[in-house]
Amino acid sequence: MLGPILETLIGGLLTGVLYSLVALGFVLIFKASGVFNFAQGVMVLFAALSVARLSEFFPMPIAIALAVVVMIALAYAIEFLVLRRLVNQEGIILFMATLGVTYFLEGFGQTVWGSDIYKIDLGMPKNPIFVLESVFPGGLLIDPSELIAALICAIMVVALAIFFQVTRVGRALRAVADDHQAAQSVGIPLNQIWLMVWAVAGIVALVAGMMWGAKLGVQFSLSLVALKALPVLILGGFTSIPGAIVGGLIIGAGEKLAEVVLGPVLIRMFDLAGGGIENWFAYVLALMFLLVRPQGLFGEKIIERV
Amino acid sequence: MSAPVGTVDKTEAAATPPPHASAPSRRSRADGIGAASVILALNNIEVVYNHVILVLKGVSLSVPKGHIVALLGANGAGKSTTLKAISNLLRAERGEVTKGSILFEGDEVHSLTANDLVKRGCIQVMEGRHCFAHLTIEENLLTGAYTRRDGNAAIKRDIENVYTYFPRLRERRTSIAGYTSGGEQQMCAIGRALMSRPKMILLDEPSMGLAPQIVEEIFGIVKNLNVKEGVSFLLAEQNTNMALRYASYGYILENGRVVLDGEASALSENEDVKEFYLGVAEGKRKSFRDLKHYKRRKRWLA
Ligand SMILES: Nc1ncnc2c1ncn2[C@@H]1O[C@H](COP(=O)(O)OP(=O)(O)OP(=O)(O)O)[C@@H](O)[C@H]1O
Ligand SMILES: [Mg+2]
Repeated sequence: MLGPILETLIGGLLTGVLYSLVALGFVLIFKASGVFNFAQGVMVLFAALSVARLSEFFPMPIAIALAVVVMIALAYAIEFLVLRRLVNQEGIILFMATLGVTYFLEGFGQTVWGSDIYKIDLGMPKNPIFVLESVFPGGLLIDPSELIAALICAIMVVALAIFFQVTRVGRALRAVADDHQAAQSVGIPLNQIWLMVWAVAGIVALVAGMMWGAKLGVQFSLSLVALKALPVLILGGFTSIPGAIVGGLIIGAGEKLAEVVLGPVLIRMFDLAGGGIENWFAYVLALMFLLVRPQGLFGEKIIERV
Repeated sequence: MSAPVGTVDKTEAAATPPPHASAPSRRSRADGIGAASVILALNNIEVVYNHVILVLKGVSLSVPKGHIVALLGANGAGKSTTLKAISNLLRAERGEVTKGSILFEGDEVHSLTANDLVKRGCIQVMEGRHCFAHLTIEENLLTGAYTRRDGNAAIKRDIENVYTYFPRLRERRTSIAGYTSGGEQQMCAIGRALMSRPKMILLDEPSMGLAPQIVEEIFGIVKNLNVKEGVSFLLAEQNTNMALRYASYGYILENGRVVLDGEASALSENEDVKEFYLGVAEGKRKSFRDLKHYKRRKRWLA
């Protein structure tokens, strides 16, 4: 019994890392500009589409490099055409603006790259590996491509955390997140900072898009993984990088375990069908969290004093 | 001080004769003084918010290099608006300078960004302190050095220098700014501005909401910075009494116009200032003198 549960747990954690990465894109932009960027999901799709189509014409490393350029250009366009014009507007107006960007980008992605299902082949090993064969009969089955994806995400996350905490620009980003007028008053240029976070969020979306795309194929439904990032954010806090990571892991592992552990219980005790737990578990968990700890596990306390 | 934060030549600041010795003539003040000794000059500026609300109706003032000049006035007189017009923070609030000129060290700065102006050495400390609440005190100070390119060693030295002026900040260096006291936050905001190595600080209501001893302490440090580092100050205050004790010159703003200006000592002796801003009333009120005051006051407002 323990073997399969551990296996599920590991599989869940590895998926969770990918959730974390998508959530991280949200956190970056929310921290620096107070904008809840609804377009983050579609940015994941757009990035994955870019890599998939470009890799048809170029070798993979070049395709990825070009996709990075595409995402930075996209950040430029969004900053120049939308954000710059909405400086100091209400949060809800900025949110609406990102809704607009979402639907534009969704259509525009098809216009540029087409609307079929595309493949991303990162050349990762496909054969499952077995570990701890001495402890469990038959060992634990792990998908090596998931393991590699998780490693890449982990490196990305650590790099970002260091960037935020110790560099001059990272500090400026946190300052802007706290009080953008004061940041302006000490000479921090808001436009440059916003451009930078959107570019970084674009690159985070690119990594997430490649990992998910390699796993599921690149298609419209990829933009829906962003919806899984929502409970992750509620759990971890909208402004916390560690929160996004831990939240992603909890949701990833939690929903897989719930399916395996809770499912049979529901079937046996209440005679329910017991399926689909994976689909709602994350949201129920998030709702419960909202009631108990609205700022999330690691969310910054709202400092209010006069 | 081992490492001065400001770059203004102290001897020059000290040697400059009192700039407003002659009888005031407001219009010509800015160009009346030799250009070299004036660090900031506003000529007849008008500010409009949201394209329609006219808030400043032709304000002129000048700050001589190395001096503290007070900008006084009641709530809503336009003090903060004046400072933001100078520091180019108005645009973010949908405000705009529609007329007049703003000269910093002789250059028109009205079309620059706040970032440009900080690089040139003019920085605003906003009303209400505005520390970065989730950053530590020391991180707050470091953000003030964002525009600098002279390396970490120099920045470290200046942080130490800020701590010698504000010993309380050294004690609280690792505290989250949002949880420090109002006085400490005001010190943090001034220290943060100092980290940009300013020639001039636009200081907006440093006394706001603080206990009298803390206000006293902060004004003392401001004076110290002015004397030792040669930083010029334009100080917006409602606390007329405090401001006139530390400033060398003052302007009184009412409804977006300068209604009176003069040497600080002259202003604090002025009957109308006493009555309207210092809360000191003459013994025999309700006499014909009231009428005279009223007329004089009408004249300013016209
Ligand atoms: N963003 C804005 N939009 C429209 N009107 C504004 C704006 N900011 C200030 N005002 C108006 O401009 C006038 C001057 O305001 P300002 O803040 O400059 O006054 P102040 O002298 O600093 O007052 P206080 O002592 O209360 O700080 C006020 O009537 C105010 O209502
Ligand atoms: Mg004000």
